[in-house]
Amino acid sequence: MEDLIRYAPDLALGFLENIKLSIVAAIASLILGTVLVAMRVSPTPVLRAAGTIYVNIVRNTPLTLVLAFSALGLSDQLGLVFSDVPTTNSFWIVAMGLSAYTAAFVCEALRAGINTVPLGQAEAARAIGLTFMQSLRMIILPQAFRAVIAPLGSVMIAMVKNTTVATAGGFAMDSASKMKEAFDQVGASIPIFLGIVVAFMAVTLPIGFFTGRLARRLAVAR
Amino acid sequence: MSTTVLFDAPGPRARVRNGLLTVISVVAVAAVLYGIYRGFDAKGQWEGKIWQPFLQWGTWETFILPGLLGTLQAAVVAAVLALVFGAVFGLARLSDHAWIRIPAGVVVEVFRAIPLLLLIFFIFYLAPAVLGGGDYTFIAVVLGLMLYNGSVLAEVVRAGVHAVPRGQSEAAFAVGMRKNQVMRLVLLPQAVTAMMPAIVSQLVVLLKDTALGYIIAYVDLLNTGFKILPAAFFGSLIPAAIVIGIIYVALNMALSFLATWLERRSRRSRKTAAAPIAAPGSAEVSVGAGEGTEDAGLGPDRSVE
Repeated sequence: MEDLIRYAPDLALGFLENIKLSIVAAIASLILGTVLVAMRVSPTPVLRAAGTIYVNIVRNTPLTLVLAFSALGLSDQLGLVFSDVPTTNSFWIVAMGLSAYTAAFVCEALRAGINTVPLGQAEAARAIGLTFMQSLRMIILPQAFRAVIAPLGSVMIAMVKNTTVATAGGFAMDSASKMKEAFDQVGASIPIFLGIVVAFMAVTLPIGFFTGRLARRLAVAR
Repeated sequence: MSTTVLFDAPGPRARVRNGLLTVISVVAVAAVLYGIYRGFDAKGQWEGKIWQPFLQWGTWETFILPGLLGTLQAAVVAAVLALVFGAVFGLARLSDHAWIRIPAGVVVEVFRAIPLLLLIFFIFYLAPAVLGGGDYTFIAVVLGLMLYNGSVLAEVVRAGVHAVPRGQSEAAFAVGMRKNQVMRLVLLPQAVTAMMPAIVSQLVVLLKDTALGYIIAYVDLLNTGFKILPAAFFGSLIPAAIVIGIIYVALNMALSFLATWLERRSRRSRKTAAAPIAAPGSAEVSVGAGEGTEDAGLGPDRSVE
């Protein structure tokens, strides 16, 4: 137990980095995922194909590879640099990789949501003369979003847990690296492990609970 | 594709506009690809020298294939253990006895909530303390994958058994079967058919997650292909990433196609009264609220089938 108390400030700082990564990745992946799903249902075959290829490739690549490639390949080899400070740079590299990865899952969730919108809605939207963008924006997506709040919650929970893989992207400030440092010094410590696990559960369980409630409240009555 | 309902069959003006949009998007996509090409070119990533190693059998023999073998070994062992774990804990959660049901539920919920990498780290550091020195990378990866994916599969098993209509078990009880017979002879055979697609999707997740072994230096495809290989052939990092990326994508897509095929098969199967259940954590939406919307949905992909 004293191990946990001794390392608690360090671990808490690491956990804060996980939270920061989660917030950035949540916002970026929701935006990118929405753009991707708009591409995947658009009338332009080229955009549809581009969206499909992106989602299928990214979804089937291990996140570890995505992050390691972002850090070693994009940043070190190809010179993509966000900041001169190494830790800040690797933070944004990891945030970018994680967002690009999560966006593919957000896109899949939204597409499943679009599948639940009854045909009549789209037909009615077309019948009153709405264009593709208008019907997507005002009729289809609002209903699709409401149908997939709970699945999007699962995607976000998985993303929060995935922030621990930041180590693979060379970002050594997060709680997984901090836990490893502590283990290197005092050996495997059950209190430290449980402390971090409880911290993660304190974030993921409310997300699940909140999105579940929201999903029920906002469910489209049909 | 032309029958998708999100937009009208194009008239003359729409056709011109769509043509224009197509041209613009082709240009945009081409610009992105060209940007990537130029970026690579500027750093000399198209030089034959750094791609050369991948044309030689020796590279595959010493680096890529042993790594692939390591990945597949970990995936297969972990998959078998996770299936056993999932079956045991899934059924335990369905038990009528609270003293079995509740502990099993706690175990499943806890392991599902732990970030997998932390679990692997913990086992990796704990094992030498308990079992003495040695190489525990394989054990850590396999046990971590087993505990996490097993817990997810336990939920799949539970959902699968619940997906069998209640009439089935009622009828089985009515003809005088015992609890264990109802489960073994009536519910499970039907549930397994319904669960198959979800199980295979979870196995894709498991296969992908073996790459976490890279972080604790387990000799898997990512490790040999992305760490050791570029160290041996200087400058080949990006070609290596592309080659092993293709291998991962191909493996996972093959498994995903299997899942889709199984789902389509079990949807029209008459061997089970249960509808196929959604893969856990996948974006599949349960059609509870508005039943029957399943086939009426506007998926652009549906019109292809």
